[in-house]
Amino acid sequence: MEAIDAQTLKQTFLHNIYSIPYGEKIKECLQCGTCSASCPTSGRMDYSPREIIAALRAGLLDRVLNSNTVWLCSSCYSCTVRCPAEIKFTDVMYELKRLGNKYGFTSRKSPTAKMARCFVKIIDRYGRTAEGELMARYYLSTNPIRALGQVGFGLRMLLKRRIPLLPHRIKGRNNLKKMISAVSQEVQKP
Amino acid sequence: MIAHFVNTYVYYPGCSLTTTNRAYDISTRNVVGVLGIEMLDLEDWNCCGATAYMAIREKRSFVLSARNLALAEKAGRDLVTACAGCYLSLHKINKYMAEDPKIRGEIRRALNAGGMDYTGKVRVRHILDVLVNDLGEEGIKQHVVRPFAGLKVAPYYGCQITRPFGDIDDPEFPKIMDNLLRWIGADPIPFSMKTKCCGGMLMITQQEAGLELVGQILSQAKEEGADCISTACPLCQINLEAYQAKASRTIGKDCRIPVLYFTQLVGITLGLEPKDLALRDNLTPSEAVIAARSA
Repeated sequence: MEAIDAQTLKQTFLHNIYSIPYGEKIKECLQCGTCSASCPTSGRMDYSPREIIAALRAGLLDRVLNSNTVWLCSSCYSCTVRCPAEIKFTDVMYELKRLGNKYGFTSRKSPTAKMARCFVKIIDRYGRTAEGELMARYYLSTNPIRALGQVGFGLRMLLKRRIPLLPHRIKGRNNLKKMISAVSQEVQKP
Repeated sequence: MIAHFVNTYVYYPGCSLTTTNRAYDISTRNVVGVLGIEMLDLEDWNCCGATAYMAIREKRSFVLSARNLALAEKAGRDLVTACAGCYLSLHKINKYMAEDPKIRGEIRRALNAGGMDYTGKVRVRHILDVLVNDLGEEGIKQHVVRPFAGLKVAPYYGCQITRPFGDIDDPEFPKIMDNLLRWIGADPIPFSMKTKCCGGMLMITQQEAGLELVGQILSQAKEEGADCISTACPLCQINLEAYQAKASRTIGKDCRIPVLYFTQLVGITLGLEPKDLALRDNLTPSEAVIAARSA
């Protein structure tokens, strides 16, 4: 996480959103609301997709990132295929998830964000996911008591051998580490 | 009968198919074997990055996917996967690398740092696309020994096969799985929820949101007269099969209905045994589905 002043933050947000593939398309938003109407979870969001773009233009993105909004996006791409301005809004949501995570906004504390960070740790270590460890890490980082409610389901999956006891490590994991370390800093400064 | 060797592929199972969704992997391999498609295992593949890694680190998730494309290119074959999530991750970076020189350069430099490279020769395919569009109606039907008779199936595509690119089929009203189901004697219903989102990872992290979406899909399939649901994505399968009781309570409608991978449904009509399709792995009963075959 990085501390950063408000003005720089605004510029950083815009710069980063424009930098993702086809990111500049967001300038062409006509505020029609097709994205919000198509979104299966917008009813639960404090700010709907259309409002997010309005907030971005008004320089109020910090409000969005301090709300429950961005991690409710399940990446279904309904907004993306319907947008008349061809904005790839699902990809914008991904960028907002990353920005909130990087700069320590409230969105970072969403359980879905915690799950995603656990996932990254596991992939970086083994090269593949490890369901048992992922769930253990996730429940420890959120609410260990809730894990008790999953014991029955977990046992059923174990008995059906649908959860492995040990993670699989890929052979090329050292080379993979070199590859992922080689890409540039994710969030770019303007 | 002569087997069709339409194309040669390397097979990328993806993490879920080696663990929580083994039945999808087992049924895919055995169905492909009967249908005569040559499919080698991709050696030492890694996670595609999925939606979760991408939500934390963009470029690194691109590199994860690109390493698999580099492995496939080295093998000199197109890559086929059955996981809808892997399909989209791999397909997406393949497209971005083809279209955007800046991304291409950056990702290739990263691959080079680990002693690999990718020059864009691989096509990424979903197994549903391969079965329907490479083998086609004749290529499937000639292997069907016991077709279904009157089984009503809700074809559920989920999100990641047709969206966002829509290059296999229409992003919202695809028909390829409907066609395949018809070829094996089933009766696909014109399912209104066929590409509605199951909530993905939200079922674990924000369950009330996931249960509502899953409840709508399951209850609607029942209301529209389906005997079972056919899936093409490991996460959709788990979400639809494992939370039926909770979803029923959440939305106040009956959500109990068998859920099978489309590869299991195809396999049943090819004469494969339940163990060849790992039907015991499923969390919903499949006896009634098997019984719906013609004699």
